[in-house]
Amino acid sequence: MDLATAILLTVVTASTPLLLAAIGELVVERSGVLNLGVEGMMIMGAACGFAATLATGSHVAGVAVAMLAGMAMAAIFGLLVLGLVANQVACGLALTILGLGLSGLVGQGMVGQKIDPVGPIDIPWLGSLPVVGKLVFGLDPFVYASFALVAGTWWFLSRSRAGLVLRAVGDNHASAHALGHDVRVVRFAALMFGGACAGLAGAYVALVYTPFWVTGMTAGRGWIALALVVFASWRPWRLLFGAYLFGAMSIGQLHLQAMRGALPDFLVLPGQFWSALPYAATIVVLVLISRSRGRRGSEPAMLGTPFSPDR
Amino acid sequence: MAWIALEKRAEPSLAMTFLSPLLAIALTLASSAAIFAALGKDPLPAMHAYFVAPLVDPWSLQELVVKATPLVLIATGLSFCYLSNNWNIGAEGQYVMGGIFGGGAALAFHQTGSALGLPAVVAAGALGGALLASIPALLRIRFSTNEILTSLMLVYVAELLLDWLVRGPWRDPRAMNFPQSVAFDVKVPILVEGSRIHLGAALAVLACCAAAFLLSRTMKGFEIRVIGQAPRAAAFAGFSPARATLLVFALSGALAGIAGALEVVGTMGQLRPSISPGYGFAAIIVAFLGRLHPFGILCAGLLLALSYLGGENAQIMMKIPLDATRVIQGLLLFFVLACDLLVLHRPRLARRATA
Repeated sequence: MDLATAILLTVVTASTPLLLAAIGELVVERSGVLNLGVEGMMIMGAACGFAATLATGSHVAGVAVAMLAGMAMAAIFGLLVLGLVANQVACGLALTILGLGLSGLVGQGMVGQKIDPVGPIDIPWLGSLPVVGKLVFGLDPFVYASFALVAGTWWFLSRSRAGLVLRAVGDNHASAHALGHDVRVVRFAALMFGGACAGLAGAYVALVYTPFWVTGMTAGRGWIALALVVFASWRPWRLLFGAYLFGAMSIGQLHLQAMRGALPDFLVLPGQFWSALPYAATIVVLVLISRSRGRRGSEPAMLGTPFSPDR
Repeated sequence: MAWIALEKRAEPSLAMTFLSPLLAIALTLASSAAIFAALGKDPLPAMHAYFVAPLVDPWSLQELVVKATPLVLIATGLSFCYLSNNWNIGAEGQYVMGGIFGGGAALAFHQTGSALGLPAVVAAGALGGALLASIPALLRIRFSTNEILTSLMLVYVAELLLDWLVRGPWRDPRAMNFPQSVAFDVKVPILVEGSRIHLGAALAVLACCAAAFLLSRTMKGFEIRVIGQAPRAAAFAGFSPARATLLVFALSGALAGIAGALEVVGTMGQLRPSISPGYGFAAIIVAFLGRLHPFGILCAGLLLALSYLGGENAQIMMKIPLDATRVIQGLLLFFVLACDLLVLHRPRLARRATA
């Protein structure tokens, strides 16, 4: 395997958790709910998924538990935001704080323990093709799942009746309610999907990316996923592009740091500057996106607006 | 099927305005007991170690004030933001930036013996926090960029900047390669003899009083509240939301910056790679628990300080992991937000009608 292939493979691994978490949040936001707790759901997915795999030795069990953990966290959020009409921004923060704490408690006995990572799939003949063998047919199952989720979400939102209802709820909940759609049921379902996706993203971090437990191992990826949804202007295919752009950037800065000896002098900067680059770049990208007003077309009109049927 | 229906009150309930935070605290205490039990600890001694022991020991009581100081300062600033519907969630970064600027000022005045050292530290801290906070504000005003995400991203940037400074240019060469600055000789006056309670505690109380005055007695305070509660009415009144956004962000950044500067120069006495146990995020809980009211924030700050102190105490005495503190803080915020519903709604047992 040559260097270019190896780098491309690491880009895929860096991008997949972002894509998984962001596609779930995209659906949630399209239904009009802003769940800022992605990081909390993700880290709970990572902790519970790791614990389940450690206990049973089964990756399938780990993934299932991770998704359930993400959904359980999303259910708490849904209960407050949909049932009790609580403030969505503050609830999202509470979910993150709670998730980071709970994951620490779940993981307290697992620090330093290792599991077998989920490996790439093995297709007999296709996998041994040059270049594409590894890059197209030799990735881990999560990557294919993330692509399938993007395609499925695109189809659901733009081609299915249920997707139309979900968008209607997100764009004008009063009208959707008047038409007889149960706004809160639709939004709760979207939240469950978002929770499952965030849990899956957490499982990816804990079962593939770093197959040993580190406290707080999602390291702000949930927040970046939130920014990616804005970057993608709430459209699934753009999300795919954004996640890979971001993954490439975060891997690129690592390689730049590694080959500092070969760099021109002005690029030899302390590591902290390179580490800050993805966050600074996120801000720049958010600014560029919000400048081009026309491209905000898919922003759900009701995003973050509370709804209660009796008002 | 019996069902708890929520009836909208004609007017916000005054009793519930005070009772709902207390109910939230009671629910948090009950769930903490459940968490301690789930961790395999005897709930009663654990609760005692967490919530009572720090309150009966004189040393802990002083530490309570020390820890509440930054929380109250930051939360007072945040309340301006949240009252005017500006979602600054990056107070942690503004606090760190204040620490960097304040620490920098202390370094500049190191071994000069100048009386200007302390005012410079406070002013530099306020400036650092306000500068960092005005970035999301300006981006929101100019490009309508979402301030939630930008303010949060800047937390990571500020933390990495601090990390670089204390490992690089500002590292004390005599510190045996430990990443820390020299011990500052600029001192923050201690208010209570023999304790670590410094000038910041007085400033925090002062900030609360000033905020209460500003919000209830001045036009600017009225403007901030109207912009948050009724943006259309504010527009008709000729209030500029853009200027209010910049003002509340700069104000909350400055207060968080002062908190950071005084923590670094007063409590810690030097810069280290990490200068906060999450005060900036905990202050968000303080702001909401205090119902965005300055005096409520004063009480809530002491309670959150208790959660930090109790967490440390329970770790030493009962081997309860420190993460329990975060869980309890997260639950507290959830319960506060849930109980807020009671201010505007009245629960009633009802038959489930057709939806």
